[in-house]
Amino acid sequence: MSVLDDFDVVIGLEIHAELKTRTKVFCSCKNEFGDEPNTNTCPVCTGMPGALPVLNKHAVELAIKAGLSFGCAISPYSVFERKNYFYPDLAKAYQISQLVYPLNVGGQIVLDSGKVVRLNRIHLEEDAGKLTHIGRGVGTLVDYNRGGTPLIEMVTEPDISSADEAVEFLKKVRETLVFEDIANCKMEEGGMRCDVNLSLKRKGSNEFGTRTEMKNLNSFKSVQRAIQFEAERQAEVLSAGGAVVQETRKWDDDRGESFSMRSKEQAQDYRYFPDPDLLPIKITPQDVERIRGTMVMVPSERRKRYVEEFGLPEYDAQILTSSKYISDYFENCVKNFNSPKKISNWIMVDLMKLVKGQEEFVFPIDEKSLASIIKMVEEKVINKTVGLQLLDKCIETGKDPQVLAKEMNLLVTISDEQILELLRKLKIENAKVAQDYSNSPEKVVGFIVGYVMKNTGGKANSTRVRELISQVF
Amino acid sequence: MDFSKLTVIEIRDGIKNGKFSSEEVVKFFIDKCEEKKDLNAVIEVFGDALDRAKKIDKKIASGQKVGVLAGVPIAIKDNIMFEGKKMGCASKFLQNFVSPYTSTVVKKLLAEDAVILGRTNMDEFAMGSSCENTCYGVCHNAIDSEFVAGGSSGGSAAAVAGGLVPCALGTDTGGSIRQPASLNGVVGVKPTYGTVSRFGIVAFASSLDQCSPIAKTVEDCELVLKVIAGKDEHDLTTISNDLSCVQKSKYRLGVCRQVMELLGRSASKDKFYALLERLSETFDIVQVDVPHIKNSLACYYIIAPAEATSNLARFDGVKYTVRSQDAKDLESVYVQSRSEGFGREVKRRIMLGNYVLSSGYFDAYYNKAKRVQRLIKKEFKSAFEHCDCIITPTTAGTAFKIGEKLSDPVGMYLEDVFTVPANIAGVPAISVPYDEMNGLPLGVQFIADEKNDALMFEVAKLFEKVGGAK
Repeated sequence: MSVLDDFDVVIGLEIHAELKTRTKVFCSCKNEFGDEPNTNTCPVCTGMPGALPVLNKHAVELAIKAGLSFGCAISPYSVFERKNYFYPDLAKAYQISQLVYPLNVGGQIVLDSGKVVRLNRIHLEEDAGKLTHIGRGVGTLVDYNRGGTPLIEMVTEPDISSADEAVEFLKKVRETLVFEDIANCKMEEGGMRCDVNLSLKRKGSNEFGTRTEMKNLNSFKSVQRAIQFEAERQAEVLSAGGAVVQETRKWDDDRGESFSMRSKEQAQDYRYFPDPDLLPIKITPQDVERIRGTMVMVPSERRKRYVEEFGLPEYDAQILTSSKYISDYFENCVKNFNSPKKISNWIMVDLMKLVKGQEEFVFPIDEKSLASIIKMVEEKVINKTVGLQLLDKCIETGKDPQVLAKEMNLLVTISDEQILELLRKLKIENAKVAQDYSNSPEKVVGFIVGYVMKNTGGKANSTRVRELISQVF
Repeated sequence: MDFSKLTVIEIRDGIKNGKFSSEEVVKFFIDKCEEKKDLNAVIEVFGDALDRAKKIDKKIASGQKVGVLAGVPIAIKDNIMFEGKKMGCASKFLQNFVSPYTSTVVKKLLAEDAVILGRTNMDEFAMGSSCENTCYGVCHNAIDSEFVAGGSSGGSAAAVAGGLVPCALGTDTGGSIRQPASLNGVVGVKPTYGTVSRFGIVAFASSLDQCSPIAKTVEDCELVLKVIAGKDEHDLTTISNDLSCVQKSKYRLGVCRQVMELLGRSASKDKFYALLERLSETFDIVQVDVPHIKNSLACYYIIAPAEATSNLARFDGVKYTVRSQDAKDLESVYVQSRSEGFGREVKRRIMLGNYVLSSGYFDAYYNKAKRVQRLIKKEFKSAFEHCDCIITPTTAGTAFKIGEKLSDPVGMYLEDVFTVPANIAGVPAISVPYDEMNGLPLGVQFIADEKNDALMFEVAKLFEKVGGAK
């Protein structure tokens, strides 16, 4: 029995992600996290009098790429507007954003359950600077390095109905943005942030309740906890006969609760109007196609292909598409040696082991070399144990596996004549085997192959051994 | 030698031909600024102006190629940035502010070897038509010091008219160059919107602002405008506007019926009719209609304050504007600093702008004004199918007495009724002196179609010869 039993939870998300551009969105300052405060600044991003914004084309392209990734309609005409409010981290006292004519409209993301979460829009805007409070009565420091960093804001329709769905949605958003090289989405650096709009609806009712907005959620865990907390808080208020107040709440992750920041009456009037310093953005169908051309396939599409075309299990497909790097690596291996499942096994087991615990990694061997080793194993030129030794040596020396195999004397193949010789020797030494073979060959073939392998140090080709047995016995 | 009567071109040529040096010229004007200090037109002469003049003299002496403004002193309005120099927009809020970078217009002047002489008085943040709203004290009319210089570029106009400098840059959002030029008997131009970069000029109303010269002759204005014009990678709203000369055998002037109605019973009406009479020998004169031209002023007082409200929000007491001594917390840093920092007129417009942008009023005011603006643009376009330039008075009357309109903001706003339409339509306009009344100058305005600045200059030059003030 939970306080939430009588209610459906209705959630809409607003997600901000910093775009991976080299420079800021309206000036040529570096877009870089973690530099010395106020070093990546200029008259434009510090709001000096007379400074004017100049639009970064790459930021627009990345925002459109995000739109294409989530099936948005790309607006042929979109407008930057000024969102006016005072805060020390906002140098101009207005944020350049979009309101009436956003860059991308609509779109959707499908959850694993098959549920569709609709997007309202994805627009382009600029980030604010960062404040550091150095103690009450002492003061606050402003760092404008982040001011003017390009952001996309994704706004969903209120289609999400639980904390789990919200987190799954966010993970899918992050996966795509990272995969398409649009954003880093490093939540711990503020590279991806989320606001949650939440209301409750009595089960069976069609009437939406009053919603609250929670800001400042910068980890999946805090999104999860904040939603849980807020849903229960609203349920308790409603169950006790009270009314939910429309307000903005701030989530305090340390205390595990949210508190009211401002109510509707105190809500700011942002006095939006079109920014006269910037011209409307005009996007042609040719622009859209050119940008589409820069896209890699989104992970879900790749996964589908891995299962349907390559016959990989869902589990393999999932892991291989967990990043664009792994996925590209896998596909390059397959191009060199068309045995997807075997390659998948090697990557998932033997290569992953080598990069365990690293967040951003590069496999220590190139795709062509790995494919070459796997090919040798699969063609039984070497066995798997030798293959793994070869892999180690390859990583150690950086040499070509074929060359290495020869140098290490791994490729010495046993000739048919040598095999026949051993077989004849066995027939003479062990009359019982010859006898058993003529009665029921299948019972002793294993033993015979084992004998040859043992006497060749495992270098004989077992298939060839099987074929040659009948010539002697 | 008295350089105060010479034009930019005469000074430029004199220096080039070795008749006199830039040093002599600049020295003369520095002294003149000191001598006529009471005018309050030039508020600071830059300390390095003379050194720069000497350098340019050396450059000329050594036979190096020099720019088209070599050695000519030019003053800039107090809202134009020049790195390392103070800039204050005539506001005590920007006391001791030093420009951290140089505006495109100043860069272009320097590239043509001009000498930036100093900065000129103005109405605070370019808001006003009299140059009385200024922290430096009222700027006086150069012809009669009991009268206003006009505004907001009153300092630039009075400085040129008073012989303190041969040319000064101003900015024009609703008439801020043309009106003071008219009241001081000099020439002031406002080009097609986008002709001159706004980068490094403190914004008042971004979609209407243009920077441009005030000088003694049309030719001087044309020369200096050509120098500062051009597409700028730092200002996305700049356009390429071909300013090269276009000549016709005869020009057609349009007299706008609705302007004549507005002129009504104003004192200068007879003078203007007499002028049209005189001009009919040289020009074809036709009647044209811009039916909604009267609504320009209403449009202007919605669009300009709306943009200004947002543009002036960065002056918040946090970064470079003066912070109130009484500020105790963030809220009071904003409220106290802005209350103390901004003057009355600026506050009035900030409130007006916030009102028209606020939720629930945005469509009724801002959007409606933008729609009317589009209509007026269209009407101008049609009018220019029948004429090369529209001719109007620049102002309804001559300069008024200092203090006369201070308590009458609407009366003050009406000063711009003939100049504002060109800003609303984004078209070029120029004010040229044509007569005087009670010893004070009167100006006439020529308005041309978008990007027809060159044609407008030709008309204005011809006018100077046949009908201009002597």
